[in-house]
Amino acid sequence: MKTFFRAVSVAALVFGIQAANADEFNPAVVFDMGGKFDKSFNEGVYNGVERFKSETGEKYREFEVTNETQREQAIRKMAQRGSNPVLGIGFAQADAISKVAAEYPDTDFAIIDMVVDQPNVQSVIFKEHEGSFLVGLLAAMKSETGKVGFIGGMDIPLIRKFACGFEQGAKFANPDVEVIQNMTGTTPAAWNDPGKGSELTRAQFDQGVDVVFAAAGGTGVGVLQTAADEGKYSIGVDSNQNHLHPGSVLTSMLKRVDVAAYQVFKSANEGTFEPGFNEYGLAEGGVGWSLDEHNKDLITAEMKEAADLAEADIIAGAIRVHNYMDDSTCTY
Amino acid sequence: MEQSIVILLSVLDGTLRVSTPLVLCAMAGLFSERSGTVDISLEGKLLFSAFAAAAVTYVTGSPWVGMVAAIAISFSLSMLHGFACVTHNGNQVVSGVAINILASGLTVVLGIAFFRQGGQTPTLPKDARFTPIELPFAEALDSIPFIGQLYAQVISGHNILVYLAFLLVPITSWIVFKTRFGLRLRAVGENPKAVDTAGIGVRAMRYKALAVNGVLCGIAGAYLSTAQNAAFVREMSAGQGYIALAALIFGKWRPKTAMLACLMFGLLDAIAIRLQGVMIPGTETEVPVTLIQALPYILTVILLAGFIGKAIPPKAIGIPYVKER
Repeated sequence: MKTFFRAVSVAALVFGIQAANADEFNPAVVFDMGGKFDKSFNEGVYNGVERFKSETGEKYREFEVTNETQREQAIRKMAQRGSNPVLGIGFAQADAISKVAAEYPDTDFAIIDMVVDQPNVQSVIFKEHEGSFLVGLLAAMKSETGKVGFIGGMDIPLIRKFACGFEQGAKFANPDVEVIQNMTGTTPAAWNDPGKGSELTRAQFDQGVDVVFAAAGGTGVGVLQTAADEGKYSIGVDSNQNHLHPGSVLTSMLKRVDVAAYQVFKSANEGTFEPGFNEYGLAEGGVGWSLDEHNKDLITAEMKEAADLAEADIIAGAIRVHNYMDDSTCTY
Repeated sequence: MEQSIVILLSVLDGTLRVSTPLVLCAMAGLFSERSGTVDISLEGKLLFSAFAAAAVTYVTGSPWVGMVAAIAISFSLSMLHGFACVTHNGNQVVSGVAINILASGLTVVLGIAFFRQGGQTPTLPKDARFTPIELPFAEALDSIPFIGQLYAQVISGHNILVYLAFLLVPITSWIVFKTRFGLRLRAVGENPKAVDTAGIGVRAMRYKALAVNGVLCGIAGAYLSTAQNAAFVREMSAGQGYIALAALIFGKWRPKTAMLACLMFGLLDAIAIRLQGVMIPGTETEVPVTLIQALPYILTVILLAGFIGKAIPPKAIGIPYVKER
């Protein structure tokens, strides 16, 4: 199959046949592993493109990757069938997008959560450190013991970025706060190990932590569960997880992938699609924290005020949140 | 001093929780391996029964019904393993790996088809799970330093499956070494020809061993998804079946030593969790996370190579029994 695609794409290049027509709007999205109903990252994208569909009536092609080797095939097939733009989801699709984008220079591509340096690719990334700063601040204000915890999934720079922002926010609210950090593992299995997440959470609680922030994919399910079991507070990530354990989930650090996906399609539809960088921070409404009926009793007026103030200061540039990925250290 | 006792108790408490599925799987493996059937499919059975327990508990609201479903699934997979390599003399490792792959794929596919949550099952409410039990006098004894605390904080306060797992160790030991069934079980694994000559069905014995194996793996799976956690998450067994198999070999195919090996893995895991972010004494650098996580495996290699000595497997293990050539 793969060789077949390769042969076809080589033929396309050699004979100058371009299946894709840059003027036509024919959007496609390739979901990553986890699928479009994963209650988190992919589902956010799904909600965004569905919103686009209902607003404009434009249909889109989609594919759910269920196996690592399908990514490149799926993206290439979309480009081959004349889809434009092609939207890829997640850092794991970067290599595939980079390769296919070079083969189809007249097709527009976009990738969420990773940077691909090609003239026809728009890279959408988020300022997770800014959102993490705000939930760190809320955690430190909520904590009675003066200790807050962070539990990451796989130990990669992106997750360190969350951790570093969280720590800064917590220290901003209370300079004496102690931030205990744990990573679940160093392999992709660390995204799906709720048992380990639960043990890490218990260990942090035993050390006196009473608010824990999970940036760990499926492992976070165990973290939030344990916090609810033990009567402590937790903070969710990516999508709004407040409803999972009302009264225990303090808030969720939102990453508006739906907004990003919607914008990619909308700009392409209006002919304003621009390749290059597109960073979503607090100012662009790309990250934030959630407040709804499930956690309104946990967030005091004072906490909300402080978070709103910090948000305004970050947008205005009065507070500079350090990005771990700039220099691979957490100094601020 | 006070602080270190708190940490010690918390480590020991964590050890028991982490070791429970390992102990159950190791006992399951012990039955089948003692009868001469290699069981690499512990991992797959653990995963599939965890899924069954979570899914059925979610639908019925009772963790006990969920556990029955988990046992049924795990039992069926054991029988499938038996059909492939006891009845049809297939390669036991190949059959085991096939079951693992089947479980890894099918749980996600079924999970997506049933619940549309990316392969997860919905979170279970508190009353649909195995919840911690306070043992009698735990509160009263908590004030007695160390011994009382040990009882109140480490021994008490686990869910029923934890106690069941550790209770099963002496029971397994008694069955394997003190009963007629146990004698035959061991004989089938050592010298099936002799057993056959004595008029006992080799295949029937191996099927019986696999049946017990299936039941125990099912309980372990139910523990993962309805006691330790409150939902099934794809690949949630995370290699624990293999660790249990390693512990079994480590413990030289004996219940008590296998249990100790499981506890050692659990302890190292619990320590590794608490060592993260600790500074190397005298320096400003943290102990690297990767090194800590590799620690249990490094220690295993060292202990296996240097201290445990030779582990002698049952003589007929892995060899299908054929009456006549």
